[in-house]
Amino acid sequence: MSIQPILLAGLDASTADRTWRLADYMQRGGYAALKKILAENISPEAVINEVKKSSLRGRGGAGFPAGLKWSFMPRNYSGAKYLVCNTDEGEPGTFKDRDLMRFNPHQVIEGMAIAAYAMGVECGYNYIHGEVWDLYTRFEEALAEARAAGFIGQKILGSNFNFELFAHHGWGAYICGEETGLLESIEGKKGQPRYKPPFPASYGLYGKPTTINNTETFAAVPWIILNGGEKYLELGKPNNGGTKLFSVSGHVVKPGVYEVPMGTPFPVLLEMCGGMRNGKLKAVIPGGSSAPVLPADIIMDCTLDYDSIAKAGSMLGSGAVIVMDESVCMVKALERLSYFYFEESCGQCTPCREGTGWLYRVVHRIEHGQGRPEDLDLLNSVTENIMGRTICALGDAAALPVRSFTKHFKSEFEYHIENKKCMVPPEVQREGSNIYVTPNRVPSC
Amino acid sequence: MLSQDTLKKIDHEVAKYPADQKQSAVMAALAHAQDEKGWLAQETIACVAEYLGMAPMAAYEVASFYNMYDLAPVGKHKLTVCTNLPCALSGGVHVADYLKQKLGIDFNETTPDGMFTLKEGECMGVCGDAPVLLMNNKRMCSYMTPEAIDKLLDELKS
Ligand SMILES: Cc1cc2nc3c(=O)[nH]c(=O)nc-3n(C[C@H](O)[C@H](O)[C@H](O)COP(=O)(O)O)c2cc1C
Ligand code: FES
Repeated sequence: MSIQPILLAGLDASTADRTWRLADYMQRGGYAALKKILAENISPEAVINEVKKSSLRGRGGAGFPAGLKWSFMPRNYSGAKYLVCNTDEGEPGTFKDRDLMRFNPHQVIEGMAIAAYAMGVECGYNYIHGEVWDLYTRFEEALAEARAAGFIGQKILGSNFNFELFAHHGWGAYICGEETGLLESIEGKKGQPRYKPPFPASYGLYGKPTTINNTETFAAVPWIILNGGEKYLELGKPNNGGTKLFSVSGHVVKPGVYEVPMGTPFPVLLEMCGGMRNGKLKAVIPGGSSAPVLPADIIMDCTLDYDSIAKAGSMLGSGAVIVMDESVCMVKALERLSYFYFEESCGQCTPCREGTGWLYRVVHRIEHGQGRPEDLDLLNSVTENIMGRTICALGDAAALPVRSFTKHFKSEFEYHIENKKCMVPPEVQREGSNIYVTPNRVPSC
Repeated sequence: MLSQDTLKKIDHEVAKYPADQKQSAVMAALAHAQDEKGWLAQETIACVAEYLGMAPMAAYEVASFYNMYDLAPVGKHKLTVCTNLPCALSGGVHVADYLKQKLGIDFNETTPDGMFTLKEGECMGVCGDAPVLLMNNKRMCSYMTPEAIDKLLDELKS
């Protein structure tokens, strides 16, 4: 099967110093889609229609159809409207937007400009994860280049279309990836999510109509405009258009970002990553730490698209594939994830604030040989008391790993509770989590 | 209280937002203030708040909500190691242990000479480069083998 990347075609870390520049992007046909729209006077409706036809679904996790989301923005609204790009990538296992931002930021800018045109928006922000400072400064430079060349700003390319775009950085809060937490954060507040409804399309940034999409969603837009929505859809499979970036981490030979068509069989992706590093495949979290874990035999039969992974009982999420071999103790793995949600809960909803603490403490005591026979039922009941009872999906994101780990690997949890120790010998675990660096990569600082 | 240089940087941020939304610049402003002062004392936060025309409490809420603001003094070099699961599968925890042993401190401690503070971090969005550590919030260090750490520490000490 031949794989044609369209987001990161020909781009990698070795040439990133050059490819992020405007001149290089132009040489690769950059900004052609924006020019085409303005030169041919393509209507905003036609742009949205093309995106609808492409079946492009949001790449940030929820997989909501992008074209449909865009059509929710009020047409004849007299005040300001906003466009926001979500580059707050902090879901454990997710590092795909980083590659778009360091190899090809102008593609994101062009995608946002087209989206702004389609929705009649004149101001946008790109919210960039705090820990990746280099991406923030690089994006600001890219914006300056685009502004100087007339691709953003007033009267873009001589048309009547105005669009200003700015970078905003986070400062270490996973919850700001949640779209309304992110809006609060841009407003200069704690990133505590808002009730929905009202949805951002009616009450968003500064209370104005706002559309938020993931970085990768925007990056796909120029290709769709140039090649047509149908072409994009054909790259993937029905209802799951296009290609998708998968960030693969864990026990593979070559962790990294891989772009494959939607619907690619999981074993093909695993092979692209050089296969397993040492041990046998035990489990995979297919869509970032919030997605339910799947045992090896189930994931090996899946194709990588929203529908197939959902049918298997998990989520494609952000396309963050965490691969674990048999050296991993599933109790310990869950303990670490549960700690993360406990640490990152924003604290405004009691079920999540208290529940994530309970989940962490109970998994922690099981891992440390103090588990009680009733603990598995207790975990289950805590998750039930979190799910569906919180303002945002962080609560569910904390509960789903617990439910799936204890479901698929129940015997390991029971063994821990009964024997006060781990099924996987400690030296095997230590060996399996040893320091490992991808071949041909050198430390950089 | 804040240097002209820092204020200039804050102005650059303020200019991004609508004129009546200066508060939007508070995150960036606090980060710049922290760069200048090393950490965020109450007076520094109040100073930022005043500059942006917001209540000191509102700025303090922001400073205490986001993990990368330091509300107490830290060492000259703050090293934050990611130990979340994806990184841990490629040695994140081993690297943290190595640093603890080399520096003789635990997480959230500072070496007696005030040179290094060690922190445990959550996912930084660079899991493919594991093991990783972040230096003073801004410098990402990728593929940090023990040899690479030795080199980094030597560089920082000299
Ligand atoms: C706790 C939490 C964290 C999230 N983190 C991110 C993130 O880092 N990046 C992202 O694009 N979406 C994230 N999302 C999803 C966003 O809320 C939102 O659905 C998305 O940005 C919409 O863009 P899309 O439709 O293009 O995917 C997160 C959601 C939750 C509940
Ligand atoms: S888990 Fe360490 S950077 Fe993502």
